Amino acid sequence: MATLEFSHVGKSFGSVDVLKDIDFSIGDGEFLVLVGPSGCGKSTLLGIIAGLGSLTTGSVLIDGQPINHLEPKERDIAMVFQSYALYPSMTVADNIAFSLRMQGMPKAARMEKVRDVAELLQISHLLDRKPQALSGGQRQRVAMGRALVRNPKVFLFDEPLSNLDAKLRVDMRTEIKKLHARLGTTIVYVTHDQVEAMTMATRIAVMKDGIVQQFGTPDEIYQRPANTFVATFMGSPSMNLLPGVADDGGVTLADGQRLPIPGRGDVLVGLRPEWFTPLPRGDQPEGAMLATVEVIEPTGPDIYVGLRLGGAEVMTRLPAGTDIRTGELRAFAVNADKAVLFDAETGVAL
Amino acid sequence: MLADGVSCRGVAAHLRRALLIGVLVIAALMYLVPLAAMLFTSLKSMPEITGMAGFESNTILTPPRAPTLAAWGEAWSRACISVECTGLRGYFGTTIPMVTCAVAISVSIGAVNGYVLSKWRFRYDTVIYGLMLFGCFIPFQIVLIPIARVLGLMHLSGTMAGLVFVHVAYGITFTTLFFRNFYVTVPDEIVSAARMDGAGFWSIFLLILVPVSGPIAIVAVIWQFTSIWNDFLFGASFGGANARPLMVALNNLVNTSTGTKAYNVDMAGAMIAALPTMVVYVVAGRYFVRGLMAGAVKG
Repeated sequence: MATLEFSHVGKSFGSVDVLKDIDFSIGDGEFLVLVGPSGCGKSTLLGIIAGLGSLTTGSVLIDGQPINHLEPKERDIAMVFQSYALYPSMTVADNIAFSLRMQGMPKAARMEKVRDVAELLQISHLLDRKPQALSGGQRQRVAMGRALVRNPKVFLFDEPLSNLDAKLRVDMRTEIKKLHARLGTTIVYVTHDQVEAMTMATRIAVMKDGIVQQFGTPDEIYQRPANTFVATFMGSPSMNLLPGVADDGGVTLADGQRLPIPGRGDVLVGLRPEWFTPLPRGDQPEGAMLATVEVIEPTGPDIYVGLRLGGAEVMTRLPAGTDIRTGELRAFAVNADKAVLFDAETGVAL
Repeated sequence: MLADGVSCRGVAAHLRRALLIGVLVIAALMYLVPLAAMLFTSLKSMPEITGMAGFESNTILTPPRAPTLAAWGEAWSRACISVECTGLRGYFGTTIPMVTCAVAISVSIGAVNGYVLSKWRFRYDTVIYGLMLFGCFIPFQIVLIPIARVLGLMHLSGTMAGLVFVHVAYGITFTTLFFRNFYVTVPDEIVSAARMDGAGFWSIFLLILVPVSGPIAIVAVIWQFTSIWNDFLFGASFGGANARPLMVALNNLVNTSTGTKAYNVDMAGAMIAALPTMVVYVVAGRYFVRGLMAGAVKG
């Protein structure tokens, strides 16, 4: 149970800055997800929290106390690694008990703790096996057990689900979330998968090029992205960005249609795929947008409909069964209240 | 047409197979013929070897007509080495501890070196590794005089301890290379996980890396055992009269025979001296191959 604070954290290798002025904090019991494309510095930041990597400037604080100078084992932090990093020569029970053994806990006491954790993770029947004889999902559980048994202040997860198949990944996602709800321990979770970020986090830090692009709740990040990178990285299909020119009355798109969103200068209008609703054929009220239907992709619950609108390609998400045909010219109601305007030059939200 | 094509291909396949087997048989004979000659000679009596009356048609590869272990017994316990006529027997008792110590120490140090050079970053670590690698290529002959001087300063000249020291110093370059390349294939995340679990430098090595080192340890042990057991140059140069390893003794046995050369005793002595390495290969050979392959294919 702990708060976690990054105070102007920076790291550079020679002249290359891999992390620049990371500065935010999370409260006790929060689930922070660091998300971003590969090479954005999220794993480096996680390594700094763990004490496996050093920082160049700033400091990391747990419960208000700087931990920069502490060895990994002195930080009271447990980590689940991407490759699980199980000790190959030890049984599952010995793997889970290893940290307790290092603390000098007597064998009987640590075996009791191992049994409790194994029960929680439903791996009691695997305790005598070696990691080699486990499936990917089972190894994942053992890796989590190894972290859980220590009852640390903070859990770190480094892309723990990326080696699992799609179905198992969704199951484990739910389980980690349940575990967090049950234990209430502060978690820092690194992933490149924006769906994992959205579904699990209480706070998300979207990173790119060593800079935190936006820090906020999943809802804030999704509804009010701070720039075009966040807008397109979070959400699938990603947010549509339509170029246009804004004035006090609204935005004029490339094909002359107008959206009633006041602004100034060259802008990009950010519209989420689900903010579009097709209107009945022949109906074209004030404020509706005309678009040509280019492609229809059914996914089951939804259909993704590609439109040509305002001189750009636009992806929309409509409920399955929507009456729509490829090639037709159709009017759409657009939820302009939610639209986000970005400066066309800098990509920053206005 | 079609049938001809098939049978043609069949014949070609058979020919290829015959050629392959033929080459393998020839290669096997190249190794086995000298061994057979040694074995046969060691089981013959001297008249039979030298082709005296009754044995005129004999060659070196003729099987012994009346096999006898007399030469083996002679080489084992009665043959003259320098001025002592006690056979090779006594030299096992001094050489085996020397080789065992040298192998154990050089393999242990190599394992620790390999661990440090693969799992811990420090200043100039790649330079140190490069120098270690370079050590593998230094010919024995150029270091003889410096080693003699060093042993003299250490008061280890002419002792088994001195020989152990020389073999360890020379062996750690190879064992370090073996272990370093093996440990590189162990994921770094395992070491990170152990550090977070509270394990220190030695706990990580002893509890996590050593238990998975079996294959490479066997390679290192066989390599070191064979080269130290078979070493003649260091033994002859630094052993002196008091610390003479088996290989030097064998050389002296062969060279000090007076009168007629006792080929059968020489051959028996050579085979006795080679037996330990053969035993090691037979017992650990398959692990040796497995260890050489370890890391080559990710399993």
